[in-house]
Amino acid sequence: MTPLPAATATAGSGRAQPESLTDLFVSFTLLALQGFGGVLAVVQRELVERKRWMTREEFIEEWAVAQIMPGPNVVNLALMIGGRYFGLRGALVALAGMLTAPLVVVIVLALLYAHFADNPHLAAALRGMGAVAAGLITATGLKLLGALKQHPLGVPACIAFGVATFIGVAVLRLPLAWVLAALGGLSCWLTWHKLGAA
Amino acid sequence: MTHAIVMTGADWVSLLLHYLMLSLLAIGGAITTAPDMHRFLVDERHWLTDPQFSASVAIAQAAPGPNVLFVALMGWNVGLNAGGLSLAALGVVLALVGILLPSTTLTYLAAQWGHRNRDLRGVRAFKQGMAPIVVALLVATGWVLATGASYNAHDWPLWLVAAVTAVVVWRTRIHLLWLLGAGAVLGWFGLV
Repeated sequence: MTPLPAATATAGSGRAQPESLTDLFVSFTLLALQGFGGVLAVVQRELVERKRWMTREEFIEEWAVAQIMPGPNVVNLALMIGGRYFGLRGALVALAGMLTAPLVVVIVLALLYAHFADNPHLAAALRGMGAVAAGLITATGLKLLGALKQHPLGVPACIAFGVATFIGVAVLRLPLAWVLAALGGLSCWLTWHKLGAA
Repeated sequence: MTHAIVMTGADWVSLLLHYLMLSLLAIGGAITTAPDMHRFLVDERHWLTDPQFSASVAIAQAAPGPNVLFVALMGWNVGLNAGGLSLAALGVVLALVGILLPSTTLTYLAAQWGHRNRDLRGVRAFKQGMAPIVVALLVATGWVLATGASYNAHDWPLWLVAAVTAVVVWRTRIHLLWLLGAGAVLGWFGLV
């Protein structure tokens, strides 16, 4: 497979990209090791805000694909980002970076767990970290809201879709696949018409 | 705690095949297939005990890294039950390859195709059309994680921690690990 050109959006504005496969591997290893209770918040913070490998808009687009495809979402995202810069090799290296060190950590923790499973402080500390992790994911969503300002459907329609999605998933607790199919399908269909009219 | 089992070659193959199948069904993340894994590993084959299953999920969620590693821990525990560390390593490899190979192959091919055809109206409509949905989904996912399976008013300090975290991360550039550390400390001392 040939590597894909990295700069698809407008260049300039301090756009960066991974220097090498090693840089890619190390970056994803560090990301993954910071991601307690989920890696997505760290991916957004590091790759969009700090390293600037991608814009907010590109991040949302990649995340949409990672979300809709089967398999673990952040693993899909790593694969796609790696593939974007270095083709198949990049995809495999990003995947290895995302999984190798955390796999070792999780196995060590499983071996330790048997000894400390009964400690109530530890269980409580994990609960506290879980609450923070939940807040991190919400914050990631809040930070990406601004990227919807240029959306072809316009801000009011985006708000309507966002509120409907939130109600479906968080309040009614509908299966994710239904929400993605129904609301996502409608939104894509409307966007398709809007893009044709423009 | 120990739960000795015998795993034949055919058993390992069926473990691999089951995960290969689940990989393609795991839309919305591997965790969505956890109920089926429980049915297969615990109820049907008795390769794992119920506490081993729950611990695999809980440890992977608490540990750094992608949550899909709970699948690796299940393979690890099946191997341990079957007789030792080398079988545990085999279990990790089979479970991870199974859950990842089909989905990552499909995602890679789809992403390549989408990137080559990024100017097609249909591709742009899909990516942009999904944007408001996936952004709201993140907010909703945090909400669901913070409130748990049922709204228990007793947990209000946890909701407060989640809400404060969300606002702080949204509005400041503080390092995420400080916040996780603060959450752990608050929990350890019984404050949340």
